Amino acid sequence: MKSTAPLTPNFFSGAGRQTSILRLLRNKFLTGLCIFLSLLTLIPLLSIIILLLQKGVPLLGPNLFTQLPPAPGQDGGGFGNAVVGTFAMVGISLVFSVPLGIFAAVYVNEYAPVSKLASAVRFVAKLLTGIPSIICGVFAFAAIVMTTHKFSALAGGIALSILILPTILLTAEQALMGVPYAYREASFGVGATPFQTIWRIVLPEASSAMMTGIMLAVARASGETAPVLFTALFSYNWIHSLMEPTASLSVLIFNFASLPYSHHVAMAWTASLVLVTLVTVTNVIAQVIFRPKHQ
Amino acid sequence: MIPAENILPLPLTDDFVPGESNFIQVKDFKFFYGKKRALHGITLDIPSRQVTAFIGPSGCGKSTLLRNFNRMNELIPGVRHEGDITIHGTSIYDPSVEIIALRRRIGMVFQKSNPFPMSIYENIVYPLRIAGQKDRSVLDETVERCLRSAALWEEAKDRLHDSALGLSGGQMQRLCIARAVASRPEILLMDEPCSALDPIATAKVEELIVELKKDFTIVIVTHNMQQASRVSELTAFFYLGNLVEFDDTKKIFTNPSQKQTEEYITGRFG
Repeated sequence: MKSTAPLTPNFFSGAGRQTSILRLLRNKFLTGLCIFLSLLTLIPLLSIIILLLQKGVPLLGPNLFTQLPPAPGQDGGGFGNAVVGTFAMVGISLVFSVPLGIFAAVYVNEYAPVSKLASAVRFVAKLLTGIPSIICGVFAFAAIVMTTHKFSALAGGIALSILILPTILLTAEQALMGVPYAYREASFGVGATPFQTIWRIVLPEASSAMMTGIMLAVARASGETAPVLFTALFSYNWIHSLMEPTASLSVLIFNFASLPYSHHVAMAWTASLVLVTLVTVTNVIAQVIFRPKHQ
Repeated sequence: MIPAENILPLPLTDDFVPGESNFIQVKDFKFFYGKKRALHGITLDIPSRQVTAFIGPSGCGKSTLLRNFNRMNELIPGVRHEGDITIHGTSIYDPSVEIIALRRRIGMVFQKSNPFPMSIYENIVYPLRIAGQKDRSVLDETVERCLRSAALWEEAKDRLHDSALGLSGGQMQRLCIARAVASRPEILLMDEPCSALDPIATAKVEELIVELKKDFTIVIVTHNMQQASRVSELTAFFYLGNLVEFDDTKKIFTNPSQKQTEEYITGRFG
């Protein structure tokens, strides 16, 4: 076109008018469809929450967290030992996976980003994120339960640590990548060693993003059933040592939901509510409190 | 820890004799990024306690050479060099030279100001802290000395413990200069220190450069030819990895002996 059309009063009407009504309608229809489908995705989530509240709230009370589970057929009691067991096993999993994941991430991103070892570590970590959680359980069963001849919180914790290690490693690497190269350059420029640069500048700057990754891993680990199902098994007693069968919220839900006693089934509902609340709170902490500082 | 002075036989600031014409010597220096050759045999002598400017179009190798003086280029994988660079007669590639000690004796200011996300105070004492200095009075003294030499003391003295990221762009760059002189280096390398600053902040930094050359040997890379002519005694013109001309700044800007230099400074290319 040589010249642009003059801006006359009938500029917006004219030849294209019929098609533009069609386009307008199609636009409205597709927008509506998108809104409707988005709302549809909320339904499963909302119905889970509503169901959990409906079935879980009646039994909710402080005793649940201080008492032991009732024997089959009896009423009352709580699942204090399962809450403690879940915390213990998630704690054990962090003891193994956090140092390992962060040191590996530091090596991969800071010391030798282009080495063969680094690409191997990255590849394996990405592969492991997709591993079904029951495989972690089977592995820990074979490697620890079979060798120690005991179901234990330790075995459960190790199964969980295998599950969350890749997540922690990859989020830690992302966190390190987020630290501007200029900081490292400034630090090296005044004569810092790589260790000083990482310890004093890079890690503090990456720590909040790393914490987000760790909290997400905690949320995932505390909800998983398969890895602890046949490593930690279950127990009706308080935890006395890490080398004995240990209760966890997820296995308690699994066990009690399939019992033929209505009180136990109701308890499984309440335990589900508690577990979902726990996971949600950790997720919120991860995303709100540990938001990156300088952005 | 071995004190830096024992590792690199450079003079200390206190007993340093000014006016050494070949303080930094670059001898047939070639530099490679992988297979790509960035510098083709550069030879030049940089005198002490003067400002030497490196000019030339982007990609001509001036920053590459600057970043070799404190061996910062070695952070990039796959680089190698031929030839030699000596400072006060000692090769910086001598096996006895500790790279950490070398960088403590050569301050560097980068194109984009890069203060750490810490307080102004902590930024300046960082070079001392990593060298193991814990004495509070030494740290306090250093902060005042460095902020004064970077002409930032008056603006920053009441907010030393505020985040350095709250400073203006020009103040941040002067803070980086303060940090660069904290370990009492002899040499100050500046890689386009004003390219991200407005004219007023630039003028302040330039004033500062003129002031700092009493104590430091300054090498500055700049794209701004007026800046080179304002602050430097000597100017080196680089083109495509070669040193085309190296002479008194006055001569380079009024009567260059090479045609390429003349074309560049008059704006006909580059």
